[in-house]
Formats: sequence, C-alpha cells, structure tokens
Amino acid sequence: MELGVCALKNDEKAVFAMRELYEKYGYVQYKMSKFEEYDLYVRNKDFLVSDHVITFTDMDGKLMALKPDVTLSIIKNGRDRKNSVQKVYYVENVYRVPKASAAFQEIMQVGLECIGDVDDYSIYEVMKLAAQSLATVSGDYVLDISHLDIVSGVLDSLGLRGDQRAEVLKCIGEKNAHGITAICKEAGVEPGKAIALVNTYGSAERVIPVLKDMDCAAEAVEQLEKLVLALSRDGCRVNIDFSVINDMNYYNGFVFKGFIRGISQGILSGGQYNKLMEKMNRTSGAVGFAIYLDMLERLVGEERKYDVDTVILYDDSCRIEAINDAIRLLSAEGKRVTAQRSVPEKLKYRQLLRLRERGMEIIENNA
Amino acid sequence: MKTMLNIALPKGRLGEKVYDMFEKAGFECPSIKEVNRKLIFENPEKAVRYFWVKPTDVAIYVERGAADIGVAGKDILLEYEPEVYELLDLGIGVCKMAVAAKAGFYDDPRRTLRVATKFSNITKNYYASQGREIDVIHLNGSIELAPILGLSDVIVDIVETGTTLRENNLEVVESIIPISARLIVNKSSFKFSGTAIEQLVAGLSRQIKEEAL
Repeated sequence: MELGVCALKNDEKAVFAMRELYEKYGYVQYKMSKFEEYDLYVRNKDFLVSDHVITFTDMDGKLMALKPDVTLSIIKNGRDRKNSVQKVYYVENVYRVPKASAAFQEIMQVGLECIGDVDDYSIYEVMKLAAQSLATVSGDYVLDISHLDIVSGVLDSLGLRGDQRAEVLKCIGEKNAHGITAICKEAGVEPGKAIALVNTYGSAERVIPVLKDMDCAAEAVEQLEKLVLALSRDGCRVNIDFSVINDMNYYNGFVFKGFIRGISQGILSGGQYNKLMEKMNRTSGAVGFAIYLDMLERLVGEERKYDVDTVILYDDSCRIEAINDAIRLLSAEGKRVTAQRSVPEKLKYRQLLRLRERGMEIIENNA
Repeated sequence: MKTMLNIALPKGRLGEKVYDMFEKAGFECPSIKEVNRKLIFENPEKAVRYFWVKPTDVAIYVERGAADIGVAGKDILLEYEPEVYELLDLGIGVCKMAVAAKAGFYDDPRRTLRVATKFSNITKNYYASQGREIDVIHLNGSIELAPILGLSDVIVDIVETGTTLRENNLEVVESIIPISARLIVNKSSFKFSGTAIEQLVAGLSRQIKEEAL
C-alpha cells in the first residue's frame, strides 16, 4: 500500500525519513519492552531529563517503571566490544514530565547509539546523522557542537573548585558572561578564558583561532577542528557553541544539540557518554543522540483548518454503490471525504455535497 | 520580508526604562508611547515587535519562543530556572533577595524554621545550601504580614530600600543574592536571528558601560 504523504503528520514523516537514513548506514533497530526495573533509573537519576518516573509493582513484587529513557536500557543490555562498534537505533515512546510542565506525557523519541570501540570516524558519523536527521525535518536547522574537554580545560585553568566551578559551568551554559565575571571576581581569578568561551561561537573558521590562542586542551581543539570541518565540507549546518554543557558526570568529549527554526527549544541532544558507561561497569566507549518528536507538531505547515475536505450527504434513496462511487471519485482527487446522513455536530469541512439520483449537488463551499 | 524580532517587556516602570535602552540601541518603536489599549506595538522598518507582559511571565514567553528576547529580574530567573540564555546584566532594577524577620528575632537552631515567601525555589535552594530544615509557606503577596502575625518566623523577599520592612518593625537578617534586570534570549531564536540579537546586545552593552563610567 502506498502512503498518502498528506495524511502524515510532521513527526510521522520524520520518523520514516530517519529510519531510512539510519538503516542506510547499517544501524539496526533496537526494539524493547515498555518497562524496565525502577532500580536502573534510581542509580542513574541525574542522567534522566526529568526525575519523575511512573512506577508500578509487577506480579512478582518487583518495582517496575514505564521507560523515561531508552539509552540506559541499551547500555544495560549490550555487550562490550573491541575493535568494532554496535550500531543501533530506536523509535520508542518514553514517559516523563517535560520541563515547564506539571504532568506526565508520552513522548515519541527517536535515537541512535554507537557503542564499542568509538573512534573519530564513529563520532563524525553520529554527528553527521544527527545533522541529517534534523535536515529531514527542515532544511533550516543548526547543530551546535561543543567539546567538554575544552570546557574542562578552561575551568581547570581558572583553578576554581566545587560550587564556584559548577556555577561558572552553569553560566557558560547560559552565555552569562557577567555572571562569570562576578564569580571570578569573588574568587580572585582572571575570567578571560571562560568569557572567551562564552563569546566565541559559530563556524570553525571563527572559533578555532580563538581556541588556539587560549592554549587549553590542545588535543581536543585539534579534534574539534578536524570533525567540524569535515561535517561542514559535507554540507552539514554545524556551529561550535560551548553553551551545550551536558552533565559532565555522564558525558565526556563531544556533546551537541540540534535546533530548528520555528521550534523554541532544542529538539536533538547527544554526545559521548563514556562516563555513564563506566558508571554502569562497561569498558566500551559510546556516542549517540535522541530526538524529541513531540515538539514537531508546532512546526508551521502542520496546521489544519478542516477535519475533512468534503461531506457527502446521502439518504435512504441512495444506493450503496452510488455512495461508494462518489467517495472514490473525490478521494482520487486527494480529498478527505466523509459520507454522512446529516452533518455531524462541530465537524469542520471545506465543502458540503448532497448525493442525488443524477449526481452530486454542491450545497456549501467554505474554501 | 525580514523576520520580526519579538520582545517581551515587563509591565511597569522598569519596563519603560528598559524600552528607553532598547530605543537608544537602535530598536525604536514610536507607537509604544501612544496612549491606547493596544497590546502589541510594531515597527516594521526596524523589524521589531514589542509587547508588555506581567514581569513574572516574561521568562515563560521567552522560553517557549513567543518572544525572542525579554527582560526579567534575576529573582524570576532563579525561581523558575527557564531554559534561556542570559546575555546581559542591564544594571537597572537593582535590589537584593534577603531574609527578614521581626527586629530582634532569635533563630533557634533546634526548631524547624518557618519561612514565608513568594520565591519557594530560591528559598529551598538557599536553606538546603545552609543545611537548615525549613517549612516553606508559599504566599502570593503581603509577605511582610507573615512574621508579624506569627504565620512564619522569617520571610524571603526582595528588598529595595528597606522602607516597608522598617515601617513594619522588620529587619534584614541575611542577604541572599543581588538582583537586577537581565536580558534573556530564547535559545533557538539566538541561532536563527543571531545578527539582530548581536546588534541589540552591542547597543545595550555600550549603554551599560557608559553608565558604569
């Protein structure tokens, strides 16, 4: 059966396009149960986007949870690999409380993980697929890339510890240069490098020279330059932006976030999470990303003004074949048609037709 | 057509001051000064659109992208922790978040401290950092009444000049954090309307520096 593209919503179209893309690169779909033992999330609570989890007691007394996240399950069930990587993707519903909301929501999440002996090519491929995933939704996207070793290097060079270090990191995430100045003043250290990190963003050409001048984490700067230039050459719309600061207790190296014009928040989030792997007693490296599809329905082009294009009114004098022919004729023109004896309450339609013995009579046109 | 830059300003005196700064930065919109009941003011020539909203709501407008830019007090940002960029401290609307109590109040460490406030999140974070157990009493206004009537031991609130406190025989016990108006920007808008936002930030930064001299 061929699918009529007009019937699909933005998120459904995106899922089809992304699955095709991931399969092309040899990623295998990972299918899993909706439930997981609650214990897994308690041990890694800070890794979750929200700390609320729907729990229930299973028949054997075990405390279970409706999945708020997929990555943890993939890591838990995977095996460590040497000299190769496990490439998987998933399309799953997760259950959590989004920030700025007071209730649980079922959110469709598409994601991809590359676990094992992760090298520069693996990271490049995952970031490229992240950019291409955004492109399947809209050509007007940006993938912001940061490198946590550079951020750590700058924080180390400031010599800040504990709360002050955490506060400066938070300010880097907010692009809050005045906040950094205030904290550094209190600590009696020079804020220059941290402020440079906040004020420098954009293309590799613009950012890399500033980073080289800063003389921090030279190896990471070189790696960032190499990968961002390779992605740019591939036509990916990537920016370097150090305001992407995923939790450093779980992430290391590259982290990234994807934005689309018209959607107020980032819809893609990812990075290398070797530290999470270590916490879960795994020796492999890992890189991946997740896309939250719930926000796509806010994209322009999604709005519909009518429930159906055409209502066909019929009565007892109409033969079943005649009604069927009328629907077939109109739906062949790509219209959404409903046959009714009378117009249902509150139904919004473009056109109202009545089926007569000799054909259809137009009663109302709202187009 | 140029994309309009949507700016949410806090209603009131602070918002008017902020608009003057935006105007000086080259983002003027003369119709905003007309006396009428309009809610939205546009200047297509400068591709800018202003609207007044309740000060506590500015962060929500910006976080959810209804406004690209807004101006909100640091108190609101600390309380609601919106996912936005905080690009500038505008250096106006300066005050502080403080703990106040009846004059001569003795804080008995053996008892749970009852704290009345509009800022529950700031209060919880502050006392958690002190390791102090508290009972937060969330109120929506007239916070100063709470310790006077024995509803709470102390209050956490914004203190500007301290006049209201003095007139009610209350005094500041501890200062928590200095507050002022901040320029906040929606993260996605920053990616896609970067040039206009950078121009605005540059124009505002100049004024902040001049004011500091």
